[in-house]
Amino acid sequence: MSLLEASIMRADASAKEQTLAQPGDPAYALEARNLSVFYGSFCAVRDVTLPVRKNMITALIGPSGCGKSTLLRSFNRMNDRVPGSRVEGGVFFHGQDLYAPNMDVVDVRRRIGMVFQKPNPFPKSIYENVAFGPRINGWHGSKSQMDELVEASLRRAALWDEVKDKLKQPGTALSGGQQQRLCIARAIAVQPEVILMDEPCSALDPVATLKIEELMQTLKQDYTIVIVTHNMQQAARVSDYTAMMMMRPDRAGEMIEMDETKTIFSRPRDKRTEDYVSGRFG
Amino acid sequence: MSTLDISLQRQRARTFGENLIRIFLFAAANISVFTTAGIVLALATDTVSFFAEVPLWRYLTETQWTPLFANQKFGVWPLVTATLLTSFIAMLVAIPFGLVIAIYLSEFASPRLRATLKPLIEILAGVPTVVYGFFALIVVTPFLKQFIPQISSFNSLSAGLVMGVMIIPLVASLSEDALSAVPDALREGAFGLGATRFEVATRVVTPAALSGIAAAVVLALSRAVGETMIVAIAAGQNPQLTLDPTVPVMTMTSYIVQVSLGDTPYGSLSYKTIFAVGSTLFLLTFVMNILSFRFVRRFREVYE
Amino acid sequence: MAAEQSVKRDILSQDLEFRPSPQARRLRSFIFLILSNLAVIIALGTLIILIADVLISGTPWLNLDFLTRADSRFPNRAGIQVALVGTLYMMALTIVIALPLGVMSAIYLEEYAGKDWTTQLIEVNINNLAAVPSVIYGLLGLQLFVRWLGMGRSILAGALTMALVVLPIIIVASREAIRAVPQSFREASLALGATRWQTIWNHVLPYALPGILTGNILAASRAIGETAPLITIGALTFVPFLPRDILDRFTVLPILIFNWTSKPQREFHDIAAAGIIVLLGTLLLLNAVAVLLRAKLQKRY
Repeated sequence: MSLLEASIMRADASAKEQTLAQPGDPAYALEARNLSVFYGSFCAVRDVTLPVRKNMITALIGPSGCGKSTLLRSFNRMNDRVPGSRVEGGVFFHGQDLYAPNMDVVDVRRRIGMVFQKPNPFPKSIYENVAFGPRINGWHGSKSQMDELVEASLRRAALWDEVKDKLKQPGTALSGGQQQRLCIARAIAVQPEVILMDEPCSALDPVATLKIEELMQTLKQDYTIVIVTHNMQQAARVSDYTAMMMMRPDRAGEMIEMDETKTIFSRPRDKRTEDYVSGRFG
Repeated sequence: MSTLDISLQRQRARTFGENLIRIFLFAAANISVFTTAGIVLALATDTVSFFAEVPLWRYLTETQWTPLFANQKFGVWPLVTATLLTSFIAMLVAIPFGLVIAIYLSEFASPRLRATLKPLIEILAGVPTVVYGFFALIVVTPFLKQFIPQISSFNSLSAGLVMGVMIIPLVASLSEDALSAVPDALREGAFGLGATRFEVATRVVTPAALSGIAAAVVLALSRAVGETMIVAIAAGQNPQLTLDPTVPVMTMTSYIVQVSLGDTPYGSLSYKTIFAVGSTLFLLTFVMNILSFRFVRRFREVYE
Repeated sequence: MAAEQSVKRDILSQDLEFRPSPQARRLRSFIFLILSNLAVIIALGTLIILIADVLISGTPWLNLDFLTRADSRFPNRAGIQVALVGTLYMMALTIVIALPLGVMSAIYLEEYAGKDWTTQLIEVNINNLAAVPSVIYGLLGLQLFVRWLGMGRSILAGALTMALVVLPIIIVASREAIRAVPQSFREASLALGATRWQTIWNHVLPYALPGILTGNILAASRAIGETAPLITIGALTFVPFLPRDILDRFTVLPILIFNWTSKPQREFHDIAAAGIIVLLGTLLLLNAVAVLLRAKLQKRY
């Protein structure tokens, strides 16, 4: 990371206004601006402004119930599934608000992919799991091109060598870690620009976790990653930037601080961040 | 005698009582086993004596069924094809309607709408079958006559269609259970890839629930095959080997009804025919029920 | 991790052309929505047409005389009294027989049964019996109750047969109700030194009562509407006299309706419709009672 970038980032973190002053900065893949998420009358996330840098890994941390998953799921409008959910403010992607009335949710979700807490491969073959996304999104590749795409996605997810001889077997027969990498391959196959990961390792053993963490480092060359994690060490290990969230007294989640990961973990500005981060280490 | 002895005695009595109750309850629970045994025995006795008089090959190879006429023929096929024909027509209605409604209720409707619609649709299953028979004969057949002038007053089309409507709730409700049992994580995964609601429903949730849906369909078919009053009233009393849905036919169940209503003497050969036909029907539905349970078990293994 | 090194230039490095055609896909969802709404409307519409037709043809014939007269060969003199009484007898007797058996089965399976082969055998049998065609039960009743036990074509033979038909319904509903009783109820009672049966009798059953009653009312509805097994055991279609006791011959409403429907004269079809109104009305009443009872009993807990 260049010094320049780092200094911009620090400036961002110290003054939200400055972030707003330069909307649509090409260095940002995704930007939440004054975003609030409501479930009915309950406000789950309040007034979050969060820039997500391109080809970086941004971690969302904070105690449970602080709205970090909700925030993540608002980045590809997965919250739309919850009846009665709505947002105020916006999430900007290529200069466009994802919540603009004419925005096509289906296209949003193709370009901003998601990996979930528990591996959730479809009860189809490994091959079909990966091919599903391109098919529904109207990719008209030939059979051999599809083979190529499936292989490339599985390679990028570091799964190819383990499954190349059993592509026809059900994805659900793989081990937990393999299933999660299959889900990553599945997400990659539709060429997303951003991949959202919602505690992707919380259901995995340490070895599988390590593998996914290594994979994330290779993936960030091509994709922007936002990860929600419970695990402080994981955030410290994998991410470039970290956003700290907290639950306010009215139970709404808010972002209290965002900075380079090493700053957050070494000299956070907010006392609460310091307590949380060090508490977990202790 | 000390107080301790008394309490010991009481405890013994109590244990005895508890055991007695347990035995009693066990016996009650075994009624189901006895019922199955009873059915097999009741059917078998007269079926065996029927086949002692009429060889099985005649039953399976002759193409006419005229046990009540002077010239007796015992080919069961006219009854079997009629049963399958009416059931097939019923399934043509029940499968698409039931499935579409199930997918709608499980994947599209809001919880509130589902809570209102489901019991409304279940009412269809609560209407006595004799009422459906009346409806098929008095309302549906005259209605069909406007479009198919040559249709007979008794026909398998009308009976089959109405039977299909009756079975819709069975298919819908069992399939909906299967669809709802598919973990939400799969839906999330598909939505996360940019799938529409329809694509999630048809390409991910339905395939995932397929064995559960198959169980529902097979059970519905078994229900159609065993349904009696609708076909007895509206499909006719003419055992003929045909696949024409506009002419009168006679199903296995309507044959049993026809003989039961008549004055066939107990122990006669014609009387025994209903047990032979009953055994055939029982075997047919039994195989389907077992098949359906297999599907259910497979579905449960995956998701529970 | 050699694999990662070689992926620099793969098909994913090119810009894949996705043509997601959102309009077309949204249209497909929309068409499905229309189709499913249509399916619901057609299904419920059929029910409405059925009820409307029955009401239109049957209501003019519905009066006190119709309810209190016996059957007749002349439609304008025919009534449903005998069949209605038969139906009420049938329902009451069926439940009296099936309720204790069904609830006892359910208690055994939920509270006592281990996971051995006897339990499995019972469960498989219940599942299968629930799906056996009712006409087969008729054949069982004909052999077992009418012939072998010599009950003749009596109400008792009919009710015993019907009890077997509805037993799986009662067992399944009662089991669900018993299963829904919180485990803590049982533990609290057992911890006070109550025996297993005392626990069931004093704590489990009262709590499960609404569910058990609902199951029984469902079973009673089925007993009222079933026709085939009773025809098979030889219940008569034409009975001009009220039954004197449960060993007397009988008829029931559905059989009467069947008989009238099968006659060629238009008037008989109309009184069949009138009979159907009474039958459906009875069912409606029974289910309304179930809903009310359930609401009332559930409030207690």
